[in-house]
Amino acid sequence: MLDNINFLLIREIVSSVLIIIGVVFMTISTIGLLRFPDFYIRMSAITKGATLGLGLILTGMGIYFNEPDMFLKVMLIIGFTFLTSPVAAHVIGRTAVRNKIPFWERTNLEEFKDYLHKEHSAHRDHERDNKQV
Amino acid sequence: MSLFSFTLIFAMASLSLCLVMTGIRFAIGPTLPDRITAFDLFVANIIGMVAIYTEFTGNEDFIDVGIILSLFGFLGSISFAYYLMKSTR
Repeated sequence: MLDNINFLLIREIVSSVLIIIGVVFMTISTIGLLRFPDFYIRMSAITKGATLGLGLILTGMGIYFNEPDMFLKVMLIIGFTFLTSPVAAHVIGRTAVRNKIPFWERTNLEEFKDYLHKEHSAHRDHERDNKQV
Repeated sequence: MSLFSFTLIFAMASLSLCLVMTGIRFAIGPTLPDRITAFDLFVANIIGMVAIYTEFTGNEDFIDVGIILSLFGFLGSISFAYYLMKSTR
């Protein structure tokens, strides 16, 4: 029974579907980068959409090749990207809050106001300490 | 032309379109963190293009480029953010 199945065709179909889903995710997140109104909203679109799209494209490629060392390399890239993309987004977002990049005017900042005030006043204290030294 | 190679060509074309749109945001981005996130998306797009090119040619050596790019993209964005935090202080 298993002799009648064309495994290459099955791998090609699964790989095609995964690659197309990944490319659609990447295109949507790029359109979001171009059209969203605020730096923080744009960064959120990039961090989630592009990372998921990249993981789907690489999974499709690993399924097409069907070899252990290729699978290991693909898992290395996916694990590293999924680990470092949120860290990089957090660092860049914290830098943007420190540098007073403006928010969108319709963003609800009620619960965030205390943190913003504390962060900016701590920043000022730090500057004053540096001047005294 | 089979359905599989048509899929690969379609994916390559739409990723190239994504690169062009990211370049537009890189050019008109009002602040420096916008440009850093656009650079992140550049690196992710190019890793995807390397993966699809590996599937085109069937040569398995090209995927090592993806590993190195994923390392250097993280280092680039982290060092840009660190430099930005240091320079405004």
